[in-house]
Amino acid sequence: MSTALGQWLMSETPTSRRQAILGNAYRAVRAIVANPTALAGLVIVAVLVLMAVFAPLLALGKSPLDQDLAGRLAPPSAAHWFGTDELGRDIFARTLFGARVTLTIVLLVSVVVAPIGLAVGTVAGYLGGWVDTVLMRITDIFLAFPRLVLALAFAAALGPGIENAVIAISLTAWPAYARIARSETLAIAHSDFIQAVVLQGASTWRILFRHIVPLCLSSVIVRLTLDMAGIILTAAGLGFLGLGAQPPAAEWGAMVSSGRDVILDQWWVATIPGVAIFIVSLGFNLLGDGLRDVFDPKSA
Amino acid sequence: MSGALLVVEDLNVTFPGRTGATRAVRNASFTLGRERLGIVGESGSGKSTTGRALLGLIPRPGIVTARTMTYAGEDLLKCSERDWQRLRGRRMSMVLQDPKYSLNPVRTVGRQIAETCLLHLGTSHREAERRTLAMLEAVRIRNPEVVYHLHPHQLSGGMGQRVMIAMMLIAEPDLLIADEPTSALDVTVQNEVLRILDDLVSERGMGLIFISHNLTVVSSFCDRVLVMYGGRIVEEIAARDLHNARHPYTRALVASAPSLDEPRAKLATVTRDPAWLR
Amino acid sequence: MAAMIAVRDLSVTFNIGRQHIHAVQGVSFEVAAGETYGIVGESGSGKSTILKAIAGLLPFTAGRLEIDGRPAARRRSRADRRLLQFVFQDPYASLHPRQTVDDILREPLVIQRIGGIDDRVGAALADVGLQPIHRFRYPHQLSGGQRQRVAIARALILRPPILLLDEPTSALDVSVQAEILNLLAKLRQSYGLTGILVSHDLAVVAHLCTRIAIMQLGRLVEEVSAADLRSGRVAADYTRELIAASRGFTRAA
Repeated sequence: MSTALGQWLMSETPTSRRQAILGNAYRAVRAIVANPTALAGLVIVAVLVLMAVFAPLLALGKSPLDQDLAGRLAPPSAAHWFGTDELGRDIFARTLFGARVTLTIVLLVSVVVAPIGLAVGTVAGYLGGWVDTVLMRITDIFLAFPRLVLALAFAAALGPGIENAVIAISLTAWPAYARIARSETLAIAHSDFIQAVVLQGASTWRILFRHIVPLCLSSVIVRLTLDMAGIILTAAGLGFLGLGAQPPAAEWGAMVSSGRDVILDQWWVATIPGVAIFIVSLGFNLLGDGLRDVFDPKSA
Repeated sequence: MSGALLVVEDLNVTFPGRTGATRAVRNASFTLGRERLGIVGESGSGKSTTGRALLGLIPRPGIVTARTMTYAGEDLLKCSERDWQRLRGRRMSMVLQDPKYSLNPVRTVGRQIAETCLLHLGTSHREAERRTLAMLEAVRIRNPEVVYHLHPHQLSGGMGQRVMIAMMLIAEPDLLIADEPTSALDVTVQNEVLRILDDLVSERGMGLIFISHNLTVVSSFCDRVLVMYGGRIVEEIAARDLHNARHPYTRALVASAPSLDEPRAKLATVTRDPAWLR
Repeated sequence: MAAMIAVRDLSVTFNIGRQHIHAVQGVSFEVAAGETYGIVGESGSGKSTILKAIAGLLPFTAGRLEIDGRPAARRRSRADRRLLQFVFQDPYASLHPRQTVDDILREPLVIQRIGGIDDRVGAALADVGLQPIHRFRYPHQLSGGQRQRVAIARALILRPPILLLDEPTSALDVSVQAEILNLLAKLRQSYGLTGILVSHDLAVVAHLCTRIAIMQLGRLVEEVSAADLRSGRVAADYTRELIAASRGFTRAA
């Protein structure tokens, strides 16, 4: 890109903080786009986001909830691009709206596990000693819980629903991030640049938040994107078991479940949402792989 | 002094990159006989790249070209990987800066040295072990039988470097390229290792290329010195004549090192003339 | 006049498992205000360890340490931190890889709640010979010499009276070393700094320091003046060995 803006962003001699930060971000984006794996993943994830945000528009006015029992289990046609399900609802619309549920779960889980994992991991790694031991044993305990079983237990205790599904998934997902953050922290906790800040009188909190966490972020982000696929599958699994979004809300896992009975004759009812789950999981995997290549130049 | 072992004319090493090609070595020409040749320069001057090019160790996508690059009459430019494997270790060898990074951490040093012997000289295991112990003694390790069974992390810096030298010389090469062999060592240990290198080179009539950024060491150890800057050889001079160097860069380099003998209020710094890069 | 830094019988012992490593054993010396004191030794001599103990980066296990006439606390307060600063050996490891030069220089001012940050950062850069174009670069966009200049600017931006330097030029090429040593001499003059310079290089230490301590295996072997070091008027054999070794290789005739 030889435009003036492009040159300004790629400048080796930035003249303001904004230029330096934007330049760095631009370079990162270019690196991601240059990597075919990352680009493919990014495109898929972008499509997911667009689907979710613009679902009503893209569904061309069709509602995901309108039932038409006369036209139930209709094959894909001009009227219903993906056919209809067992209650006559348009599957195309339901797939689009189902993206909202998937995206919500993905965002909520990320927003919960990343900060918790970073907090626990960096504190354990930096302070060491008994703090480290206690935090890591707590991490181990949560790591030992099987995700689906815990979700079932939560649903049994608190009732089914997206929120409880998110809580259950988050409770079992955060330990991995704590471990990653801890190992990154251990690598840099005694480095000279951290000691320099200690010498300036920085508080532990400031050191962790301003100096250590930024260096753990890329590993956490990569892990998060790679985990997404698993989280989506777990959410779909919960939906399949009736523990996620409740009917009549469109949710891909629930859609697969309800299409189970008719899968041999009316394959589209279960297969279309199944393919959606697959493509989105794949997209996140590719994005995560690509991001890892971009962030860790040694593996390139 | 016998005829030239190594003849290099117009050596160029270029690394193509996204923002254009980097010419790491430009038109370097020199010869090496059975003598100690020093190559001195700062980081980025191309001295290490030159050393590696001589052993065919420039990784892709680097490109090595030269008008002539022969070793004992053999054309190095036409070497296939198999030819290089025949030459490396047996006829030409390299000692690197930090034994930590050059020795296999999970095998004993004795096994590693013996392996070199087996590979290149095709001796029996017993013979390889015997030669290894003899070599360890030659590098002045006092208890070779004990050190034979140690792992690299159990060795001190100086010992590790001596083990490296033993490993690189056991196959009796004619040419040794040493890339900053003593830079990671304490100054007292440094001189010991240099002495060992010196003796071995004299005894075996080897050619030695000594690459370093340390002018003091190079000028006191080597016979001739090549000064490199920006990929070029800017001066070729006898070590003892360094204080009478002609090229301004060499003179500036000599003047910028603080000296124990002559106190100076302000150290001379090198004003880099872009003309030197042309 | 009271010494700026007084070290009495200082010892630093590390306990690794069951092993006790006596990195520094019973070292005593004093540094007067405005003086640059040198500590020279080989690896394992304890020179960096004692410097870090004085800086408060490592705890010392025995002995006394007084800075500016007052005993140094084990846990230094934020105000204490304005008394002394440190320049590390490796310019590639002493700057945060994800922060610009501007970020790095602001940080001490923000932590110490000093105002006029923009101006001070600009002045600090000029002090060490860097240009405004360097201000928003990241460390990987700077050369080794430039990074070390940033490290020095960072150390001096709080105007500490004491500057501790741990092999500040060992990782640099000899021409860059010359620039940095000249810079340090100039800054020392401008700010009337008291300093301790640790190095393995006798020539560097003799260039900048007036009095020099020779350390070996955790102990102070002797204290000499730079002039004595240059002329070889030293008492200990080890010191003589060091001087001889630093002259380079001598081929046995």
